[in-house]
Amino acid sequence: MEGGQAITLAALSITFLVGLSRAMILFIVTSGLSFVLGVLRVPNVAHGSLYMIGAFAAYSISALFGGGSIGFWLALIFAPLVVALISLIAERSLFCHLYQREHLMLLLFTFALMLILGDLTKIVWGADYRSIMPPAVLQGSISIFGSPFPRYNLFLLVIGPLVAIGLWLFSTRTKIGKIARAAAVDMEMVGAIGINVSWVFAFAFVLGCLLAGLGGALVSPTISVTIGMDHNIIIEAFLIVTIGGLGNMWGAMVGSLIFGITQSFGVLLLPQFAIVFPYIAVVIVLTLKPTGMLKSVW
Amino acid sequence: MFSEMIRQKAFGISVAIFVLLLLAPSFLSRFYIYFLAVIFVTALLAMSLNLCVGHGMLFQFHHGVFYGVGAYTAGLLLAKTSVPWWVSFLAGPCAAALAGLLIGMFCIRLNRLYFGMLQISLGSLIWAIAFRWYDLTGGDDGIHGIPIPDFIASTRSSYYFVLIVLGICLTLLYLILKSPFGSTLQAIRDNPERCAAVGINVRRHQLKAIVIATFFGGVAGVLFVVVEGSIFPDLLFWVLSLEIFIMCLLGGWFTFAGPILGAAVIVSLRTFVGSYTEYWTLILGVILILLIFFLPDGIMGYNYRQLLRFRTK
Repeated sequence: MEGGQAITLAALSITFLVGLSRAMILFIVTSGLSFVLGVLRVPNVAHGSLYMIGAFAAYSISALFGGGSIGFWLALIFAPLVVALISLIAERSLFCHLYQREHLMLLLFTFALMLILGDLTKIVWGADYRSIMPPAVLQGSISIFGSPFPRYNLFLLVIGPLVAIGLWLFSTRTKIGKIARAAAVDMEMVGAIGINVSWVFAFAFVLGCLLAGLGGALVSPTISVTIGMDHNIIIEAFLIVTIGGLGNMWGAMVGSLIFGITQSFGVLLLPQFAIVFPYIAVVIVLTLKPTGMLKSVW
Repeated sequence: MFSEMIRQKAFGISVAIFVLLLLAPSFLSRFYIYFLAVIFVTALLAMSLNLCVGHGMLFQFHHGVFYGVGAYTAGLLLAKTSVPWWVSFLAGPCAAALAGLLIGMFCIRLNRLYFGMLQISLGSLIWAIAFRWYDLTGGDDGIHGIPIPDFIASTRSSYYFVLIVLGICLTLLYLILKSPFGSTLQAIRDNPERCAAVGINVRRHQLKAIVIATFFGGVAGVLFVVVEGSIFPDLLFWVLSLEIFIMCLLGGWFTFAGPILGAAVIVSLRTFVGSYTEYWTLILGVILILLIFFLPDGIMGYNYRQLLRFRTK
C-alpha cells in the first residue's frame, strides 16, 4: 500500500508540474492578449495566428542555424521580433485607420487578419508537421520524487515568472508602461494631456503580439508545429482572459494556472475527455464570479 | 400607410422569389440545385442567429453549437436507431432548443462580452465531447453516409424539402418578430433599463429569444443532414459560429432578410473562390477588410448608425 501511495503522490506532483509549465506558456500568450484588451478594448482574434507564426518562425530560424543550441536561442529572440514586425505593419498600414470607427469594426478587422495570416502561414510553411529540438542543456529529464520530469518544462517554469515580473516592472516602473495603463483606464484623458493616443495603441498592440510570438517560440519544442494551432489557442486564451478579469495581467496568470492545471489533471483522470476539464472550470468560475477572478479594467 | 405598402411590396417580392425557386430545379443543373440548398440551410442558420444578435442584441458568439446539436441528434438517431424519420427530424430542433435553454440559463446573467465568452466555453464543452467520444459520434471523422428517408434522398427532392421548410421557418420568424414578443425584444435591445422599469422581465424575454433562435438553429442542423448526409465536429466549432456572425453583419443585422443575403454571399464565395484556390479564407479576409474600409454601411446597414445615435452614452 505504501508503495502505491508513493507512486500516486509522484504522479500527482508530476501532473501538477506539467500543468504548471503548460500554464506558463498560456500565461505568456494571454498576458499579451490581455494587454491589447485592456488598452484597445478589442478582443484580438488574430492573436492565435500570431502565436502560430511565432512557432513557425522559430522553426525556420532554428533550421537556418543548423537546428543546434545556438539556433534555438536565436529563434527565441528573433521569432517574437518577426511577429512584432508583422503586427506593426498590419497596425500602421490598416488597423490604425479604424480607431475612430465603431468598435465592432476593430473586432471584424482582427478576424479578417486571422483569416489572412492563417492562409499566409499555409502558403509560406505548408501543411506539414514541424518539430524543433530544444538545446542540449534542456534535453532529457530530471528526477522528481523518482519520476522523470522534462528539463525543458523546468525551463518554462523559470521563464514564465520572469516574463510576469518583467511585464509588471515594465507597466509600473517605466513611463510608457504607465501611459499604457492610464490609457486602459481613461483613453480620453490620456489624449487630453497631449499624448499621441494612436501610437499608444500601436505600442500596446505590437507588445501584445510580441508576447504571442514569444509564446509560440517557447511552445515549439514541446508540440508539433502545424496549421490549426491558432484555432485551439485563441479560444483558450479568450476564456483565460475572461475568467481572470479582462485586461488584468495577474488575472491572465490566475486564469492560465486554472486552465493549465485542470487540463493536466484531466489527462491523469480521464485522458479521452481531458480537454473537457478546463471548460468545466471556466463554467464554474464564471458562474460564481461572473466578471472574472480579479478586477477587470473595463 | 406608406410602410404598409412597402411591406406588401416586400411580401409580393418574396412570394415571387419563392415561386421562382420552386421552379428553379427544372432549368438548373444538379450542382446548382445542391448549391442553392446549401445556401438555404446556411441562410436559415444565419436568420436564427440574427434573432438573438440583431433583434435582441445578445452576443450569441457560439450559435454553431446549436446547429451542430440539431444535426448530431438527427444524424445519430437516423444512423444508429430505427426510430421513424420524423421523430429524429423533430428531436434535432428540440435537442438544440434544450441545449439553448440550459446554456442560456447560465449565460443570461452576464453582460455582453462575458455572455459571449461563457457561451463559447459551454459550447466548446459540447464540441469537445462530440470530438472525443469516438464510440458514439465517430470523433473527429464524424459519421458519413447517414441513411436519409427515400422521399428526400435525391438532390432535387431534398432541395424542395429544404426550400419548403425554409419558407415555413422564415414565415414563423417573421410572425414572431411582428408579435408583441418580438416588439418587446426589440424594445429591450434599444433600451433595457427602461424596459425593466416598465415591468418587463428582461432576462426571461431574452432567454425565450435564445430558445427560439436555437430551435431554428437546430432545424437548420437537421436540414444540413438532409442535404449532406453526414455530421462532423466542425459543425460545432467556433470558427463556424464566427462565420455565421459575419453573415449577419454582412447582410445588415437590423434588417429582417439581411442575414439571408450575407449567407448567400459567404456560401457563394466559399464555393466559387474555393474551387479555384485552396486559399479561399485569405480572399475572404481581404474582402472583409475591403468591406470594413470602403463599405461599412453594406456590413452594418444604415440602421445601426441610427441606433448608435439613439443610444450614445
